[in-house]
Amino acid sequence: MSVLTTDQRAPWRRLLSAVALGATAAVVLAGCAAGSTEEADSAPAEDTETTASAEALSITFIPKNLNNPYTGVQLKGGKEAAEELGMSYLEVGALDAAADSQVPFIQTEVQNGTDIIVLAANDPNAVCSALDEARAGGAKVITFDSDADCRDLFINQVEEEEVALGQLRQLFDQIGGTGEIAILSATANAPNQNAWIAAMRAEIETNADYEWEIVAEVYGDDEDAKSFQEAQGLLQAYPNLKGIISPTTVGIAATARYLSTSEYKGQVALVGLGLPPQMKEFIKDGTVTAFALWDPSEVGYLAGYAGKALADGTITGAEGETFEAGKLGTFTIGENGRIIVGPLLEFNAENIDDYDYISF
Amino acid sequence: MTGVTSEIGASKIWQRINVRDVAMLGVLVIVIVINSFARENFASTTTVGYLLLDAIPIMMLALPMTFIIISAEIDLSVASIVGISAATIGALVLREENMVVAALSGVGVGVLAGAFNGFLVAYLGLPSLAATIGTLALYRGLALVIIGDASVGSFPETWTSFVQGKLGGTGVPTVTIAVLLFIGLAIIVLHYSPFGRGLFALGHSQDAARFVGVKVEHAKFWLFVASGLVAGLVGLYWALRYGSARSDSAAGLELTVIAAVLLGGVSIFGGRGSIPGVVIAVLLVATITYGFRLQRISDVVLVMITGGLLIASVTAPNYYQRIRERWRLISRAKASPAD
Amino acid sequence: MPVFLTRLSRVRELPVAVAFVTLVAITATLNPRFLLPQSVKDLLLNATIIAILAAGQAMVIISRNVDLSVGSILGLSGFATGTLFALFPDIPIVLVFLAGIALGAALGAFNGILVVTAGVPSLVITLGTLYVFRGLNNAWAGGTEHFSGDRPKEFSNLSVDTVFGLPIITLLAFAVIAAMAVYLAKFRSGRDFYAIGSDPDAARLFGIPVGRRVLTAFVINGALAGLAGVLYASRFSSVGARTGTGIELDVVAAVVVGGVAIFGGSGTVVGAAIGAFLLTTITSALTALRVDKFWQQAVVGALIISAIVIDRVSTLRNARRLRLEQARESFPALNEGEGR
Repeated sequence: MSVLTTDQRAPWRRLLSAVALGATAAVVLAGCAAGSTEEADSAPAEDTETTASAEALSITFIPKNLNNPYTGVQLKGGKEAAEELGMSYLEVGALDAAADSQVPFIQTEVQNGTDIIVLAANDPNAVCSALDEARAGGAKVITFDSDADCRDLFINQVEEEEVALGQLRQLFDQIGGTGEIAILSATANAPNQNAWIAAMRAEIETNADYEWEIVAEVYGDDEDAKSFQEAQGLLQAYPNLKGIISPTTVGIAATARYLSTSEYKGQVALVGLGLPPQMKEFIKDGTVTAFALWDPSEVGYLAGYAGKALADGTITGAEGETFEAGKLGTFTIGENGRIIVGPLLEFNAENIDDYDYISF
Repeated sequence: MTGVTSEIGASKIWQRINVRDVAMLGVLVIVIVINSFARENFASTTTVGYLLLDAIPIMMLALPMTFIIISAEIDLSVASIVGISAATIGALVLREENMVVAALSGVGVGVLAGAFNGFLVAYLGLPSLAATIGTLALYRGLALVIIGDASVGSFPETWTSFVQGKLGGTGVPTVTIAVLLFIGLAIIVLHYSPFGRGLFALGHSQDAARFVGVKVEHAKFWLFVASGLVAGLVGLYWALRYGSARSDSAAGLELTVIAAVLLGGVSIFGGRGSIPGVVIAVLLVATITYGFRLQRISDVVLVMITGGLLIASVTAPNYYQRIRERWRLISRAKASPAD
Repeated sequence: MPVFLTRLSRVRELPVAVAFVTLVAITATLNPRFLLPQSVKDLLLNATIIAILAAGQAMVIISRNVDLSVGSILGLSGFATGTLFALFPDIPIVLVFLAGIALGAALGAFNGILVVTAGVPSLVITLGTLYVFRGLNNAWAGGTEHFSGDRPKEFSNLSVDTVFGLPIITLLAFAVIAAMAVYLAKFRSGRDFYAIGSDPDAARLFGIPVGRRVLTAFVINGALAGLAGVLYASRFSSVGARTGTGIELDVVAAVVVGGVAIFGGSGTVVGAAIGAFLLTTITSALTALRVDKFWQQAVVGALIISAIVIDRVSTLRNARRLRLEQARESFPALNEGEGR
């Protein structure tokens, strides 16, 4: 590092910085000038787009995060729907599923004047101010998988109650109605997780057959290694544990992997939501008897059709309205803009080989 | 090359300007120009608004981080302090507390956290890299204790709309004024005050600085307190801007802040750096990020480019200097041929 | 006091080893299931991967550097393992190990070359490569994940089967750590790392090929991260774009807790490994003790800070003792005076 006095170099340095500052000022001014004419772009862009290219509505899917195999399946369905309907399809997102990660991407869609935004909210609050701006600008907003308040419709794969009841039923079939059980969830803040768990707890309270004691609820943060370690901890801390419910594809796979490599295999029942290709080995080796899920691609597919119907004006999002959704049939909007895709799919040794298509 | 010139009299502003910062400014201008041509809706007030709102947390956190790195320390816990502040604010709001009380408590928690860091590093003499890795985990954990698994969104409308509000038709967020004040303050303290000169000395050699009268422990302690205070303010901003306070607010942000500060020309060894350089670097990263996303270029590419930019920004000057020295040796050899 | 005990008290690994034993003892007393064969096996397996990473990182840190990109290297190696098995189901397992280690070594070499030739601090370079390698992992993997069911049973069983009660991959880790400990302690070129970490300029003047040694440290660290990636694929259910994210700070924490000075020049690979075992055991112990899930991370953070403080205090005391000893040696007259 040289501590030369700058006097020797002042002249050209001064010139350089003056030029740079001048250029910056010029660009900023140009930007402001362009900005006042560009202001229009974010608001009625939808109009110009639909009149310019008649049918080519733009639809963008923003999943919880990219490079996530589960959301990959959902997006596959969404893309299929977009292609069938002649919409221009985009998928954007962050690489991590933090609460604030989606906001910049929503902002981009607002600025680019996208017609339909389909989002799986990482956090019900964080996305709302950006989504409200989108809707104010004329875009239609649909949430899927994970809801937020500020949207026109919510595509829910399966009724929360049914998700909860299905898993409880599978557990009951394996261990009966008594004993200690634990829940291994994803992140502490995930709205869909908390909705399902709340429904489970409510059901256990009210249903006379279910007399289990939920001894622990732990979080694996949707990380393989962490979920694995949490499962270990559960078995060490609660020697009489008879069952584990893990309503997350990462959690159930990690727990199954631990159980199948340990002495607890076969002694502790494991149910939850899992991806068939990932869980197949555990069904085959007997660690898991049954688990459940749905076809995530149907969620994306339905979202695509719902978006088109909204944008066309076929529906407004009010309760009772119906619309067509291609190969899935007709759907009716429920209360508070909720649409249910279908029933819970249950997997076991008999049908596990039929569901390899539920993969990325 | 720093802008720290000889101490004979106060240097004029243009003598403080160093080549690296100017070059970075040039790169920023070029990036803005390229983006404006590549995408017609880039040059707009919408962009200015969103870009600045996104960049403000990093900008604010980068200011005290610059001070700390220049004095040859580091603070890896800043993002966790943002988290614990946001969690405090959220927890109090959830309990129906007055928003002013919640805001002050959140910032206060940040100050306490910073003071603890300062205590560990300045008075116990722990190496800051190690100590702040520990407090990174501790504060994030305490945030979880404070707010649990709740995500708080019920902040008063007046507060949230103020934070998200813009100045007239320019699209510039209102809070930018406060940020500019902080930047101005940072420039004055670091580059124009004895305290700031002491920090540069501290970064070069702790013992030498002590000999010339710098109160080493005192300085370091207050730097960490300042870092905590700013992080607390960012926690308040975060909760209001996103309308969401959670235990994992701003998780992982520390590496982004440090990368931006290093990109801004601050030497990790201490003793060298400038606030303008860091400000430009933060804006540069924010602009590149915004431009990429506006074009729907995948974040995968963005991540690699950010990493590559960081590496290039530190290796290029070294290679450049090496080449210049070789040229100098060659030309000197030519000028005075061996007899 | 017997010489043996005084020398023992100065062993740098003592505080962390004592902490480890105390933790296990307390937890086992409160929850005897903590020491069941299955639990012990779990503990060892959990710590294995981090211990290997910590051993490599210790070598780098001793030479006054740091490598923040190990998480990204692990991810790439893990995904490479999954991909190899997916493409060539009958590939010999040894070949996969070699491939993972080679990939890690190559990435480590990239880091090392930049650090050595550009003369830029390793914190900065490896922060950059953390992003670049992670980006590569994402670009390569996309949304694909490889599941344990697609890997040969023999491979997955490496993390399950035991020899003399110790899991195979843990034995592997012990062998690696032992080899590195011997190298750093007994071989000239190994001891050079300490010299480089204490005072790089003096080391250079002394004739130590600093550049070559530092490059070696990064290559070995990279190779170990590659090995850790292969083992990760053996132990866990899936490998994909996010594998290994965030593990670098855990590794540095383990190394620091294990008594390796962050400024270089002192500490041992064995200490770092014990630090890794301590940190993984803390997490398991807290769960076994049914500590409220919301308090667990805070407790881990507090324990890391305590470990650093204890290490600092004991280092200062040792340094003071050394100075007094040297003073006595330099001035024998002082000692003679005592007899009067």
